[in-house]
Amino acid sequence: MKVLVPVKRVIDYNVKVRVKADSSGVDLANVKMSMNPFDEIAVEQAIRLKEAGQADEIVIVSIGVEKAQETIRTALAMGADRGILVKAVDNVETDVEPLAVAKILAKIVEEEGPGLVLCGKQAIDNDMNATGQMLAALLGWAQGTFASKLAIEGDHASVTREVDGGLQTIKVKMPAVVTVDLRLNEPRYASLPNIMKAKKKPLDVKTPEDYGVDVSPRLTVVSVKEPPARKAGVKVADVAELVDKLKNEAGVI
Amino acid sequence: MGNVSEPNGADAPISMPLGTDHAEIREAVQRVCRDFPGEYWRGLEEREEYPTDFVAALTENGFLSALIPEEYGGLGLPLRAAAVILEEIHAAGCNAAACHAQMYIMGTLLRHGSEAQKNAYLPGIASGELRLQAFGVTEPTTGSDTTQLRTRAVRDGDGYVVNGQKVWTSRAFQSDLMLLLARTTPLDQVTKRTEGLSTFLVDMREARGNGLEIRPLKAMINHNTTEVYFDNLRIPASALIGEEGKGFRYVLDGMNAERLLIASECIGDARWFTETSTRYANERTVFGRPIGQNQGVQFPIARAYAETRAADLLVRQGCALFDAGQPCGEAANMAKMLASEASWHAAEACLQTHGGFGFAREYDVERKWREARLYQVAPISTNLVLAHIAQHVLGMPRSY
Ligand SMILES: Cc1cc2nc3c(=O)[nH]c(=O)nc-3n(C[C@H](O)[C@H](O)[C@H](O)COP(=O)(O)OP(=O)(O)OC[C@H]3O[C@@H](n4cnc5c(N)ncnc54)[C@H](O)[C@@H]3O)c2cc1C
Repeated sequence: MKVLVPVKRVIDYNVKVRVKADSSGVDLANVKMSMNPFDEIAVEQAIRLKEAGQADEIVIVSIGVEKAQETIRTALAMGADRGILVKAVDNVETDVEPLAVAKILAKIVEEEGPGLVLCGKQAIDNDMNATGQMLAALLGWAQGTFASKLAIEGDHASVTREVDGGLQTIKVKMPAVVTVDLRLNEPRYASLPNIMKAKKKPLDVKTPEDYGVDVSPRLTVVSVKEPPARKAGVKVADVAELVDKLKNEAGVI
Repeated sequence: MGNVSEPNGADAPISMPLGTDHAEIREAVQRVCRDFPGEYWRGLEEREEYPTDFVAALTENGFLSALIPEEYGGLGLPLRAAAVILEEIHAAGCNAAACHAQMYIMGTLLRHGSEAQKNAYLPGIASGELRLQAFGVTEPTTGSDTTQLRTRAVRDGDGYVVNGQKVWTSRAFQSDLMLLLARTTPLDQVTKRTEGLSTFLVDMREARGNGLEIRPLKAMINHNTTEVYFDNLRIPASALIGEEGKGFRYVLDGMNAERLLIASECIGDARWFTETSTRYANERTVFGRPIGQNQGVQFPIARAYAETRAADLLVRQGCALFDAGQPCGEAANMAKMLASEASWHAAEACLQTHGGFGFAREYDVERKWREARLYQVAPISTNLVLAHIAQHVLGMPRSY
């Protein structure tokens, strides 16, 4: 089985995000960019499937700027086999929207014929949580989202989902799109020899036109603002005081 | 970027990276270092322990074999890649002194050893199974005046007999092999004092208790350094590297790489200090404003940053020359001196910026400050670098 893992290059999770002075977005000039952490978990899961003999090839796809090649190389250094970069934008500040990403991925899935697509549940930049679901819909495939456990059993996958009320285990028919959550695994990091080997692994560079997909944005960002700074809290002596404050000061009960 | 060319002929074009070179290597080192935060290093220091887990993590992930050619099981990367690895370790608040020598001491073996010696040792060093990270040069009575060292290796039948003493031999307890510099021809029988010295690869696993004794040397930093005593230690003739009497030149050959790598550690330290200073200066509020708003606090940090950037350029130039196979002694020496001063100035600014908290162990500032001080003294002291520049680069009369 071939596994396709789409990965997104996003602002590094350690970087303190700054909103640009003109409120048009966040500052991405000269900040550290890395693989979306959920995508890293998806890559790790694909490698584990390969190690377990359940997958034979792992193809990484990234859609974005030229530099997303580095993100693909990171996945190749972890253990994936080859990469496809779809160079869709020139400027890091232009985000490719989930629908366009899903359409391109759908075309790549048609070409590559994977048995499983493993995505991160969302990208930590815009937190859209949409691409995997849209891709499943476009393909007419089953989907299992927010996976914290995944087992391939013949022509089905058993996916344990992290839902609000707890855990839900579903069985989906393969081929399927599975989006992964934080607790699925702990991604490995690449060793130096594997980083060097990854440089020689094949990486195709494509454009949205190759797939006949229009990536021009459909959404307009009106303004981006920092959330209001959190004010210091107060300590209450007992439950009675808490109830009193919630009633009379906050007016919420 | 990361476009340093392969070792080549003397006329190879030289190019040096200006931006973040070897980004993927830096990233990978940062990932390893994340598992070894300040409290790990503080704990080791309290117990005077060697960072075994940290060194194992670097070894397992292949970092220490960067410079060993692929044919001997290493990665065959340029010196610049090793420099970047060490820089990132130090920039992450960690310390590479426990294992950096495993990367470069083998250079002497690689360049001057016989094919049989290389095949016997390099693959083990590359895998980390065999540790060659002890370098016995400095002696208590002769110090920087290396050619005067007193340790003698006397030819005796099918081997040599070694007598003498070394000091500051770091990691001798954590090393299987030692690269030893000893005099084989007495000073009064050579025409030049740099002649008659030889390098040996001493197998300490066999030697300890049989004429080799190692004693720990407590120091200002947790450096696992030792004193080593040779008392009629017999070593086989096959331990000799290259030709007898040419050892001083072989050791000098390896020093440029060592200087550039140490300089890279200084650049990493300086980055750690500057980042730590800046963060604290922005956060700490007294007199109703962040202390970083005062120019008296800003300027030492800013100056050290500028010095770091300048020294970094010289490190990059030195590495580019080394990797192109061109003479790089001048650049390597100057880079090490300037980088060790930049990191010290950054350290001083950092300690001062932290006020009393700079002395609190949990901030790691005092630990890094003590560690950073070393590099103006070892592996070569600043005065000796200046003497090299004055006498060998500028052509002024020799002072010694
Ligand atoms: C923590 C640590 C680890 C070390 N690890 C190793 C190791 O693994 N292997 C090893 O072989 N060595 C090691 N060393 C030794 C180190 O290389 C020496 O300490 C260093 O070269 C200086 O030699 P010295 O200490 O004998 O100082 P000295 O040579 O006694 O010099 C003392 C001072 O006098 C100055 N001075 C001396 N001569 C002159 C001159 N002609 N002109 C101007 N100034 C002069 C020096 O610059 C220095 O400031 C280590 C040292 C330390 C502190």
